[in-house]
Amino acid sequence: MTTFLHILGRSGLTFFERLGRATLFLFGVLASMPGLLARPRLLVVQLYSVGVLSLQIITISGLNVGMVLGLQMYNTLSNFGAEESLGQVVALSLVRELGPVVAALLFAGRAGSALTAEIGLMKATEQLSGMEMMAVDPIKRVVAPRFLAAFISMPLLAAIFSAVGVLGGYFVGVGLLGVDDGAFWSQMQSKVDLQKDILNGVIKTIVFGFVAGWIAVFEGYDAVPNTEGVSRATTRTVVHTAFAVLGLDFILTALMFGD
Amino acid sequence: MKSKTVEIMVGMFVAAGIAALFMLAMKVSNLASFTEQKGYDLTALFENIGGLKVRSPVTMAGVRVGRVSAIEYDMASFQARVHFTVDARYNKLPKDTTASIYTAGLLGEQYLGLEPGADEKFLKAGDEIKLTQSAVVIEQLIGQMLFSKATEKKADQTP
Repeated sequence: MTTFLHILGRSGLTFFERLGRATLFLFGVLASMPGLLARPRLLVVQLYSVGVLSLQIITISGLNVGMVLGLQMYNTLSNFGAEESLGQVVALSLVRELGPVVAALLFAGRAGSALTAEIGLMKATEQLSGMEMMAVDPIKRVVAPRFLAAFISMPLLAAIFSAVGVLGGYFVGVGLLGVDDGAFWSQMQSKVDLQKDILNGVIKTIVFGFVAGWIAVFEGYDAVPNTEGVSRATTRTVVHTAFAVLGLDFILTALMFGD
Repeated sequence: MKSKTVEIMVGMFVAAGIAALFMLAMKVSNLASFTEQKGYDLTALFENIGGLKVRSPVTMAGVRVGRVSAIEYDMASFQARVHFTVDARYNKLPKDTTASIYTAGLLGEQYLGLEPGADEKFLKAGDEIKLTQSAVVIEQLIGQMLFSKATEKKADQTP
């Protein structure tokens, strides 16, 4: 019994300790943002490895999600003779929920894990301490550009995901299943609101990008500097980002669409 | 050379992201401007257009021949004026063509159905279709049904 309480107390303290460290770390990263303006080159390189290299998985997944949505929704909607609503259903579910959430989860798997592993390995091979020895702040030089790149890439990737998904739904619905072309777009346009749906979806992706980037760079920077530690940190990045994104998505949805 | 490629790829990525946002805003949401296809415009007045929308299909015998281009309220006749574009190849609609608003399926989208008359003359661009039939509003139907049921009952009880 006492050992159980002991473990419980220990894990609780560890949780708060890590949360506190993560918050302080975030302030440090945000404070070093202005220094990044002087060296945009660092950011461009990271945008390439975080954003451009994630394009493949994002577009292919988006296309598939859109196509499956089109197929599934068509089967159900045709029971009510409401196939024309297909465009609206596909667009709303992609723009409001699936686009931001699935893109964030894929992003955590593709880019977040890579960021953590890279920073963790830099720490394990003592490159970060080497930088400090040369009076180069590793947070400024290594962490800040990666965080900012994740923050910028995420909304763009999610927008691409949603747009490609709508095209996938269009391809299946109009191209294969014979929904009317004009009805597909007109029903979509009449029901999808720029401010209520699109803008709120973009806000979601901005929040997710911030959280995914934060978790990824923190786990890497905080990793135990050996092989096992880096592997654990990478796993934690994906798992924690998934938890955070799904939890935040519920809160944001309740705030935005609850009324 | 290598660094140039990285920059170009990043530029393309950012452009693609912005293009996707633009597409979501213009094409998916209700902000869109509509592309016009070749055809000629006709108008028709309706008592009630029900759920007809801009871009709804215009059909003849079930075949789509055009689209609704604009809907407005006509203050002169206190009716709804529907503007629609018919594809240029369907240019021989008789003058006494009828326009009606139908629903596709029980809960489906509403569309404008044209039925050709027998006139020798054809409709030209800008003409108005005089013979129209409004959308069926389900509430009115139910109301009528209840009313007729009630009078039936009264008629049964009085003698």
